[in-house]
Amino acid sequence: MNDKTNKNSIIRLFNVSKRFGGKLALKDITLDIEQGELIFISGPSGAGKSTLLKILYLAQKASEGQILIDGMNLARISSSKLPFLRRRFGMIFQDFKLIPNRTVFENVALVLEAAGEKPSFIRKKVMQVLRTTGMEKKFNTLPPTLSGGEQQRVAVARAVVGEPSVVFADEPTGSLDSKSAQAILDFLMGYHKKGATVLIVSHNLHLLERTVSGRNIEISEGRIKRIATIFQDKERKQ
Amino acid sequence: MAHFVKKVLTDIRSNRFLNLITIITISLSILVVSVFLLFFENASRVIESWNQGGRAMIYLNKEFSLDMLPKLKVKIKTLGDIDEIVYISKAQALDKLKKNMSSQSAFLKTLKENPLPDALEIRMRSYNSFEEVQKFAQSIKALEIVEDVEYGQGWLGRFLQIFNLFKITGYAMCTLFFLIALFITANTVRLAFYSRKLEIEIMRLVGATETFIKTPFYIEGLLQGFLGGTLGLIILLITYLMISSGMTQSLASYMYFDVRFLSVKTIVLIIVGSTFLGWFGCYLSLKQILK
Ligand SMILES: Nc1ncnc2c1ncn2[C@@H]1O[C@H](COP(=O)(O)OP(=O)(O)OP(=O)(O)O)[C@@H](O)[C@H]1O
Ligand SMILES: [Mg+2]
Repeated sequence: MNDKTNKNSIIRLFNVSKRFGGKLALKDITLDIEQGELIFISGPSGAGKSTLLKILYLAQKASEGQILIDGMNLARISSSKLPFLRRRFGMIFQDFKLIPNRTVFENVALVLEAAGEKPSFIRKKVMQVLRTTGMEKKFNTLPPTLSGGEQQRVAVARAVVGEPSVVFADEPTGSLDSKSAQAILDFLMGYHKKGATVLIVSHNLHLLERTVSGRNIEISEGRIKRIATIFQDKERKQ
Repeated sequence: MAHFVKKVLTDIRSNRFLNLITIITISLSILVVSVFLLFFENASRVIESWNQGGRAMIYLNKEFSLDMLPKLKVKIKTLGDIDEIVYISKAQALDKLKKNMSSQSAFLKTLKENPLPDALEIRMRSYNSFEEVQKFAQSIKALEIVEDVEYGQGWLGRFLQIFNLFKITGYAMCTLFFLIALFITANTVRLAFYSRKLEIEIMRLVGATETFIKTPFYIEGLLQGFLGGTLGLIILLITYLMISSGMTQSLASYMYFDVRFLSVKTIVLIIVGSTFLGWFGCYLSLKQILK
């Protein structure tokens, strides 16, 4: 599955640590994420999964260590360039991070507006993405009036509307019933099949059984405990 | 751009009260400033008309004779920027006096000697300030041949002292109100910024640049400044029209001048100034918040 001879890394971490006050949330993380990979990040609550994802998404700064993006050292990239880098990534936050007083449409459209797209294109593209996530009928609703699962789907729509090459999903099925969870997962898998790199954080290991390829990164107490291809995991179970 | 305008309009709608307060504060400040400007513009015009644009009379003493005139003219011209010098002989002056006082001319005929002095009427080319005229007049008065110089120094000087006092007060008031308006505007921007903190954080997270985030605030600031300035001027105009329609006839005929509204140049300057104020308040506030 992993063609090691033709490595095309998007994000590489070298000995990255993250400290909150005196507390280490991530310790010495070294990780290499390749173009088109499907990665699961699992581990118990408080292990540091969300923190790792936020660091990869550039939403949080690492306390120590190096981060390379497309071979460029993040420390050398000026903060004014950061928004442009971030547009290549899409993120589904664990707490969704939808703007409460903006409609579903406006929340999703924001990504394209920030990227300077034309209003006519934005209208078309946003409605199209809302349709694929099943939220087109509620485009004019405010997020707080939606159910958790519906907010989740808006968050997914916002993450992919800019057609990023990498999508980070933090517990994208966390608050959903199994049918809705499956729908979201299928959507992300479909997005991955189009060539995108997809990272999914979940402590729900059932997700792994539904996929055929990828890596599972187990985190515990801020450290990588194990990296395994999902193929290997399945073999072990048999 | 359409996106920003839409955003600003929704923001203003959701912060109606705050925006209204800001616009009213700016308009009141602009009102104070423009009342002073209205006063200054009219007062300067009146002073200039009373002083006839730098006109002065030079009265010459008895030693003067006509052959001294060319030399004297040259001498005076070296002392200041003179537009023209007209010689008025004492005979001409007496004739004029006789004409003006035809009924009493019999009395004038009894005079054995012409009591009037020879005089020069001069007009300065670049008349900028009363002080300039005053200085020029003093240097002429120092000439031996000159008896006296008249340029309305007495009461006009006193009036100008009061006028200058007003001017200083005016500047102080304008500065004070400018600072108040600036403070209010900056504060409004800060409140608006904090009320949208979550939204701004999310905008950053989805790849918005700082310019993209700041632009709506700047547009809002500019709009508030512009509307505040315009409102202030409208209030001034209405007040002016109300007062002048009731007073013009009687007052103007007494005082030989009419109160005019601000010149177009000043109106444009005030609106540009208040729009800048809105922008500057926003700039100061964002600079403080974002660094
Ligand atoms: N902003 C923060 N300030 C202080 N501590 C934080 C912050 N964010 C995370 N932490 C701490 O870092 C540790 C890892 O948190 P993180 O959210 O990454 O866990 P997680 O693996 O995502 O857990 P969960 O499965 O419950 O979402 C936790 O102990 C948490 O308290
Ligand atoms: Mg988490």
